[in-house]
Order: sequence, then C-alpha cells, then structure tokens
Amino acid sequence: MSQAIFALSTIAIGVGGCILYFYASNLFLDKVLFPARGPNAGRNINRAEAVRPWLFLAPALIALGLYLAYPVVATAWLSLVKEQGATRNFVGLANYAQMTSESKFWESMRNNMLWLFVVPAASTAFGLLAAQLTDRIAWGNFAKSLIFMPMAISFVGASVIWKLVYDTRPVDQAQIGLLNAVWLQFGGGVWSVLFLRILPALLLAAIAVGLAWGVWALLRPVLGSGGSRGSLVVVLLRLLGAAVFAALAVVMLWWLVGVFTVTLPYGQPQTWLTIPFWNNFFLMIVLIWIQTGFAMVILSAALRGVPEDTIEAAIIDGANPFQIFFRIKVPQIMGTIVVVWTTITIVVLKVFDIVLAMTNGQWETQVLANYMYDKFFRAFDVGVGSAAAMVIMLLVTPILVWNVWNARKEMR
Amino acid sequence: MENIAGKRSALTWAVHISVVLLVLLWVVPTFGLLVSSFRTGDQIVSSGWWRAFGTQEQQLNPIRIAGEEKEVDGRFVIEGNLFGNSKTVISLWGTSSREPTAYQPGDTADLGDGQTLTVQENGDFVLTSATSTKDTRLPRVFATASAPPEFTIQNYRNVIFSPLAGQSIGQAFLNTLTVAIPATIIPILIAAFAAYALAWMDFPGRALLIAAIVGLLVVPLQLALIPLLNLHNWAAMTINETFGLTGDRALSGKGYLGIWLAHTGFGLPLAIYLLRNYMVGLPRDIIENAKVDGATDFQIFTKIILPLSFPALASFAIFQFLWTWNDLLVALVFLGTGNDQQVLTGNLVNLLGSRGGDWEILAASAFVSIAVPLLVFFSMQRFLVRGLLAGSVK
Repeated sequence: MSQAIFALSTIAIGVGGCILYFYASNLFLDKVLFPARGPNAGRNINRAEAVRPWLFLAPALIALGLYLAYPVVATAWLSLVKEQGATRNFVGLANYAQMTSESKFWESMRNNMLWLFVVPAASTAFGLLAAQLTDRIAWGNFAKSLIFMPMAISFVGASVIWKLVYDTRPVDQAQIGLLNAVWLQFGGGVWSVLFLRILPALLLAAIAVGLAWGVWALLRPVLGSGGSRGSLVVVLLRLLGAAVFAALAVVMLWWLVGVFTVTLPYGQPQTWLTIPFWNNFFLMIVLIWIQTGFAMVILSAALRGVPEDTIEAAIIDGANPFQIFFRIKVPQIMGTIVVVWTTITIVVLKVFDIVLAMTNGQWETQVLANYMYDKFFRAFDVGVGSAAAMVIMLLVTPILVWNVWNARKEMR
Repeated sequence: MENIAGKRSALTWAVHISVVLLVLLWVVPTFGLLVSSFRTGDQIVSSGWWRAFGTQEQQLNPIRIAGEEKEVDGRFVIEGNLFGNSKTVISLWGTSSREPTAYQPGDTADLGDGQTLTVQENGDFVLTSATSTKDTRLPRVFATASAPPEFTIQNYRNVIFSPLAGQSIGQAFLNTLTVAIPATIIPILIAAFAAYALAWMDFPGRALLIAAIVGLLVVPLQLALIPLLNLHNWAAMTINETFGLTGDRALSGKGYLGIWLAHTGFGLPLAIYLLRNYMVGLPRDIIENAKVDGATDFQIFTKIILPLSFPALASFAIFQFLWTWNDLLVALVFLGTGNDQQVLTGNLVNLLGSRGGDWEILAASAFVSIAVPLLVFFSMQRFLVRGLLAGSVK
C-alpha cells in the first residue's frame, strides 16, 4: 500500500513540480526580470521573448543531456579504460582487442547480421502482404487488429507464447508443442515432399529471383550509358548493395539444393531451439510475429495514399492486379517501405529480451545486446561490455545519420 | 466481360482465404497459451492444447478408493464411484502403476488377501474383502479414461497469490503498475513544453536542436545503462553522506525514482518528436490571433495548444505505457530484485528459468502480464495507429 502512495505522490510531485516550474519561471521572467513596463518596456519584451524558449526547453534538454547524450560519451570513455583494483586506467583499444578475440563475440556478430537481414525483410514483406490483402475485404479492419495485436505483447510474453509452440516431449509421449505435432504428421510421403521440399524450394527460388532483380535494379543506372550516374559515393554504394544481394542470392540457391538433398529425421520430435544455426530462425520468428503488425499498419496507410488516378490509368491500360501492385503501388510507397525497414532494423539491433528468455544465448544464438548484458552484469567486465555497446552504437549510426539528414531536408 | 467477372471472384476468394490463413498464423500461438492457462498441469502435459475442446482419452492420476464399509453376507463391501462427474468413461484400468492397463471395464481384479475389485465403465466400483478394511490403506485405481473438456481458473489463483519466483505475480503486477504510470505521465508534460518551443517559437539553434532530437531517437538505450547506474549510485551515496542516512533509511542507487527518471529520459525524444510534428500542423491563424489579442506564450500553450494536441498526447501516452509495462532491460538494470521491486517481465523470465516445464504456471503468469497491454491496445487502437503514423511516415 505504501508503494501505491509513494507512486501517487511521485506523480503529484512530478506533475505539480513541472507545472509550478513553468508557471513560476514565466511569471518571474515577465514580472521581475524583464517587466514589460517602465522606460525599457520595449527592450524588455524582446529580451523576455529571447529567453522564454529556453525556459520551455530547459527540463527536456537537461533530461536528454543527462540520460541520453552524456551516457553515449561516458560509454565511449568506459570502453577505453579498464578497472584495475580501485583505479581506472586508460588502456586504449585493449577492451576491443579482448572482445574481438572471443568467439562468442563473433558468434553474436554473425547472428546479428542474420537477424538484420531476415527480420526487417520478412516483417516488411508480410506487412506489405497483409496490408494489401486486408485493404480489399470487408472484414479487413478486424483482421488487421488481430495481426497488429502482438505489438502490445511484451517480448518476454511473446517468448513464453512461442516456447510453448516449440516445446518438445519424448517420442513416446503426446507432443504439446504445435510445431512438433505438425512435424510428426510428416512421414516422407507425398505430402512431405510437397510441403517440406517443393514449397520451401519455391519460396527460396522466389527470394533468389527477387534478389537477382535487386542486383539488376542496382546495377542498371551504373552500367547504363545515361549521364545520370550520380556521384562516386552513390555508385560505390550501389556496387556494394549489388554485391551483398548477389551473395545472398547464391546462398538462397545453395539452400535450394540443400532442400532436396537433406535427409529429414521423420518421426523424431525435434528440440527446435537447440539446432545450431537454424534455431536463430526460430527466435527471429518471434520478432517477425511482433513487428509485422507495425509494418502492416504503416504500409496500409501509405497504400491508401496512393493516388487513385494512377491505378485507374493502369487498369485502363490493361494491367493485371499483380502488375498494379508491383509496378504502380510499390514504387509509389518506396519511401515508406524504407522508413519501416529502418525502424525495424533499429529494433533488431537492440533485440535482447527474446534471446534472454528463450535460449539465453546458448546453442549459438547469442546476439550483441545479450552479449553486452552478459559482460556487464554476469562477468562484471565493464570495459568489454562498453566496447560491445559501442559496436551497437556504430551499427545504428548510419541510420541515425540518414534520419537526421532526411529531417533536415524536410525542414528546408 | 463475364470472363473478367469470373476471374475477379476467384481472386476475391483467394484473398479471403489468404487473410484467414494469415490471421490464424498470427492468433493461434497466443490462443494456444490462453487455452493452456485454463488447463491443469496434468492435462497440459498429457495432450496438446488443441485437444482440450474434445473428449480426450488420457491416463488419469491414480485415485484412491474411499467410502463407507458395509457388511454383506459375511464380506466387507465398499461401493461408490471414482469420479465426481458422470461423463468420464473408463476404457482400461489397473491397480498398480506397473500395469495401469491390466483390466477391461467390468472385469474383477483379485488383489490378494481375499480382496476383489470391480470397476465399471462409468467409474462405479465394488471392493469386497474377507476382513474389515478399516484402518488399512485401500487400493488405488489407475484408469485410462476419456474425459469431457474441463477448464479451471486454479492456475490464476496460484500464480496471483502464491510466491513462485521470488514473489507472487500479484505483487509483480503492482510493481509494474508503480513503474509504468509515473513513467508515462511525467515525460508528457516536459515534452509538451519543449515541443511547443520547437514548433512555434523562434530562436537561434532551433533547427539544430530538432536534428539532435531526431538523432537521439535511435540511440540504443544499451549505451546508457552503466553510466546511468553509476550516476544513480553516486547520487544516492552523495545524498546519504550529506544527510547522514544509514541502514534502512539510506537511499539505494536502484529503485523506483531511478527507473522513473530513466524511462522519462528514454521516452523524451519520441515524445518531443511526435508532439512537435503534431503541433506544427495546428493552424497558424489561431495562434497569431491569440498573440494579437495579447495572450502570452504560456497562455497560448495551456489554453489552446494543449487541448488541441490531445490526440497526439494520447498516442504518446499509449506508446510510453506499453513500452514501460513491457520493458525488461531497464527494469533489470535500474530496479532491485526484491519482492517490492521486481516487475512482471522480470518475474516471467525467472519463471522460465526455474519452472520452465510447468506450463500451467507459465501460461497463467504470461497472461496476467499480457492482459493490461492487450486491454489498452484494443480499447485505444485508434490513437496507437495515429501515433505510429505520425512517428514514422514523413
């Protein structure tokens, strides 16, 4: 009970304090410091107007500076020092060297890269699909709010939900995890071939084709003879993007072969979360499940904003629904797709709760944020932990710069 | 024309079916946990939750025979029914754990010492004995039976009131509420004033500040953990030394005050960004008219801007509430682990570690923690969507 009183009094003090601060400081400015009367009335009014914005901003600036800006600098500093006994000594990049010599760090980096490619792509794709489909039917809004629902569920709650799906029982007992129950239905017959070989193969082939198209789209302006190649930086970025896409396409084709050559252990219940490499995907599904709703809501609004007449013109020209979607609608909402993609990327870089709750980084599922938490609060190695935090910051920086640049451009 | 019409309807059907599949894929995992939370632990491990709605055959817990003893023709007889309900149907039964399926319904088992036991399909049993069975342990019946669907709210009673992972979920619920509500309300006011200044006041460096806030929007809060924890510890220590606080009265670096401040700081960039974007869109005429009429900035803000910005304020409040309620990392770092401080998410992670196989506990606990966000989500979805759109689409 005392806790509730404590909380309520804090709200009262916090809110009351804020109101009092703003009211009193304004009053002080207008009546005492620069009163709008007497011989200097005009000058005083101007002075008060110059000071007032800072009165309004002060609490926010102090909070932002203390709780976000200062820690970035402090963490950067902590990553360069080592606690030796009671003193802190500057050790240069020794923490980074120690971190990069650990295999767990490289495992985290690899997994983070995997997350970084798969989760934003899958969430955006599913979101786009759901947005396009639900916009066309009468009960679309109902369907939307059900797909959107996981947004409200905590990462830990979602982990519990999915842990039940992935649960495994010994082979002689009834399976209570949905995935194993479905898995045990397959025995190598026609349906198994259809669902476990042909369907994934088609999916992989589609992704490979999409990637190949991406390579072509990126290279076309560079290779083209037109004069609008853009600056050297743009060309390099395009080449880099094309190389990444091409590499991914090769991986997809490699997996495509694997789908047909792998021997599947039919009839054996699988402990999904302990299968190295692939268990990462089972963790990613949780985040995709959560983020798809977000992507759907934003992309759905963007799709509605596509001008009607462009679509009508396409229909008159005889375009089919797929052409309308991919050639007319998607190019017009490309900007929104990028925003959704980058927003989900930031969530992915910070992913921590899901891994902690489901595997705690065992079985090769470690990610950077959880690695950092391990270093900070289990190994009590602040230096290496800060170094890991700086790596996360470094990965976020391109998006940060991109966002700031866009915001500036928009304000002009 | 007919051809096109036919194609259209086939496509419409395909759309309907795809949406149904998508929705099922998204809802089924949660639904499974919800169903599981209303089943007993034995039911959960003996069959998948999707079988909970049909009659299901399962090995029941052993039932010890009990009843009034009667003397009939020189033998001692106990008659009765194994079950409270009349819907359970026994398919096989036995009297020892090694052979739980030894007998068919209606068979008579010889238990030695002149005891015999007959169990019928509906659970009626007759135990006869040559000597009185008073003060002896009566045999147990191991039955395989098909039972009708049965649901219970006992799991929720258990997790809410009894401490399973340090403290009860009920206590953790109160702790989470204590974290979430002040951490939602305090940043709103601070952000609203700042957003007004950034939207409607002219001063040098405004554009730079806005850019800085856009930048801070994506700074990972992971970076803030250790420096801020050190700062809080240092502040607590300084206060303790200055005022000579010791023992119980001494402040700790970990506590509610710290987490409220932390959540306030972390929530501010989004709050300022959302509110500023909304306030910039308010009609200029209203504000200029008010200025001409002699209203001060403070009056304009409180009398005009705040009421008009209600939708944006509500959007942010929902975001911040969901975020603080669902947060694990900040709570792990800035709160202690004591009974009066651990939050729902932390409690759930502990349960996953220590009671990972007890699905009845996990499921019920998870649903207690999910319930409030879901309620907020479904009742205020409109504002949430509006906030998302304002925050992301430019």
